Amino acid sequence: MSQILDAVRGLALGERWNHAPKVVRWAVMLLVIAFAFYLPYLNILPFAYIRTDLTASGSDWASVLFLIVVYMIVAVGLNVVIGLAGLLDLGYVGFYALGAYSVAIFGSTNSPVVQALQSRFGLSEDWAVPFAVCIPIAILVSLVAGVILGAPTLRLRGDYLAIVTLGFGEIIRITFRNLDGISNGAAGITGVPVPPGPETDGRAFFNTIDAERWYWLALAILILLIFLARRLEHSRVGRAWLAIREDEDAAAVMGVAGFKFKLWAFAIGATLGGLAGLLFGSKQQYVEPNAFMVNLSFLFVAMVVIGGSGNIFGALLGAFLLTYLPERFREFVDWRPFAFGVALVAVMILRPQGLVPSRRRAREFEDRRHEAEEAAADV
Amino acid sequence: MDFDALISGLDRHTLDGITRGSIYALVALGYTMVYGVMKLINFAHSEVFMVGTWTVLGVYTAIGATSGSGLAMVIGATLLALIAAMLASAGTALAVERIAYRPLRKKGAPALIFLITGIGCSMVLVEVFGQVLRVFFGRPFGRVTVNIPAVLETKTVFTIPGVDLAVSNTRILIIVGAIVMMLALDAFVNRSRLGRGVRAVAQDPDTASLMGVNQERVIMLVFVLGGAMAGVAALLYTVQYDITKFDIGFIIGLKAFTAAVLGGIGNLRGALVGGLFLGIVEVYASAVWDSSWTNVYAFVVLVVVLMFRPTGILGESLGKARA
Repeated sequence: MSQILDAVRGLALGERWNHAPKVVRWAVMLLVIAFAFYLPYLNILPFAYIRTDLTASGSDWASVLFLIVVYMIVAVGLNVVIGLAGLLDLGYVGFYALGAYSVAIFGSTNSPVVQALQSRFGLSEDWAVPFAVCIPIAILVSLVAGVILGAPTLRLRGDYLAIVTLGFGEIIRITFRNLDGISNGAAGITGVPVPPGPETDGRAFFNTIDAERWYWLALAILILLIFLARRLEHSRVGRAWLAIREDEDAAAVMGVAGFKFKLWAFAIGATLGGLAGLLFGSKQQYVEPNAFMVNLSFLFVAMVVIGGSGNIFGALLGAFLLTYLPERFREFVDWRPFAFGVALVAVMILRPQGLVPSRRRAREFEDRRHEAEEAAADV
Repeated sequence: MDFDALISGLDRHTLDGITRGSIYALVALGYTMVYGVMKLINFAHSEVFMVGTWTVLGVYTAIGATSGSGLAMVIGATLLALIAAMLASAGTALAVERIAYRPLRKKGAPALIFLITGIGCSMVLVEVFGQVLRVFFGRPFGRVTVNIPAVLETKTVFTIPGVDLAVSNTRILIIVGAIVMMLALDAFVNRSRLGRGVRAVAQDPDTASLMGVNQERVIMLVFVLGGAMAGVAALLYTVQYDITKFDIGFIIGLKAFTAAVLGGIGNLRGALVGGLFLGIVEVYASAVWDSSWTNVYAFVVLVVVLMFRPTGILGESLGKARA
């Protein structure tokens, strides 16, 4: 596999890209985006084999695309936490769940909270918090959860952060499972609201059948987020993260407030996780605690790390591979976790820096490898 | 809130807590030793425990031990299961080190990558019992809970007068077994030559290797010891609960790691203190509030301890234990 990657590197795509005229770059980017929007209708033969609905047991292609994009949003958010700031967050599914549950708890007419509000204020049975209001609520809830979790734990050593966040993810799930009066317990909440839109063919614009509309919505959000994340990476905050990741003590000496910027990374990551969860819950129109198991956290982390932490396109590739491959090869559904585990170990041992690491991250790894070799030679 | 339930059954809850805590403590040893030497959370350690429980089942099945066997059979089967579980768990731990950690150490990869390969190994081991072995051998492997014969039948040995607390033979075995194993390990690390090597590497790996300590061998030793302790824990667990499952390790591993941090990670005696403390807190809290929140209490305790005493109850000191 590494030979293939070396061959790809031989093409020096990055170099050519950086030296290409701006017009060409924009044109290529627009083409890629246009192709991404066209994907649900992809039916030209050799390429159509990538569709996931070719066999009878296959899953709906547009829904898979939607899930890929939602997980890409997760990867963009987690890349800020793991890739840029170098913090290992194993409870990311907690934020994802918070986002999904926020929109369900406040926006669904079936949620105990909405029903309590209805009877308390004498509202009609169709009343619920409007979807447009649910979005800021979901984002705010995840953001606040990120800060509450981060404030005590980010002062600790990195390894402890991993275990505390892991616990956090479980706590969120158990809480939603146990609080019957708020999240309807293990049964979950149905009737999660969808974004408003013009009615077509007698159905709401965003419905359970026309999944490609969800995909386009998520894709538009993803493109916006990628743009924002790139700007963030090259901003003052992004440079501070880089300094903290490479050497926190040295960064502190240079006047970079480690805790403050780590908290920023955590909060931004939490927000994006919540946003992704919101999209997921809204598309499913149903949330239940078992959809947010801890394995999902591992999957999220694996996306970022396998793809190449620190590089947004690496994270996107990781999210794509780890979502698309299991769906494409659905016949092997029982073998998926096993294959996932083997792949995780194999990829990390062969390529600790990930499939497409950022150039700076690759150099950091190279340095470390040299140091390890020198240390071995000294002994 | 039901403090009456706690107070009226205080003796029983305490015994429950100590039983549970002893098992946490034994598993915690594996985390704490590996962390002390390598500054690494061995995520696959929970599965090392899981392999131990399956080995116990395998031994019982192989020699045909069931509940109600004669005394000689009970003692023989239990001892054999203990040794087999220790060997299997230690072997698994060693394999994990070989496959997932050693190549990375050679490359000088950052700590994050070790965690990822650890998680990967953990998934592979879980799936070996949940899927791979089921495909080849059928039941009892698979994604279901499996009963293990209660070879050692639970009998009340004596009753503590005054509080009227019945103490069963299984509980005595678990508590005494755990404490004896811990004392043995503590003595080994603090008094033997190999143990001195372990402490030296924990204190300062570079200086230790200058002094002629073989670092690779110490790391292997630590994995073997931690694995063997997880094997003991696996036997004791099956004696108490009579079940196993492919994903049994996850929650126990998480609790054991919490126990290790509580007591002070890297500190052997801390693992005992942390394990017992966590076990008792869990049982008490479940009695006072609701047992469906048990896992939440453990993490709340962890976060509170980390906030006010990040080095744990006894402090972190595998190296500084006794120079």
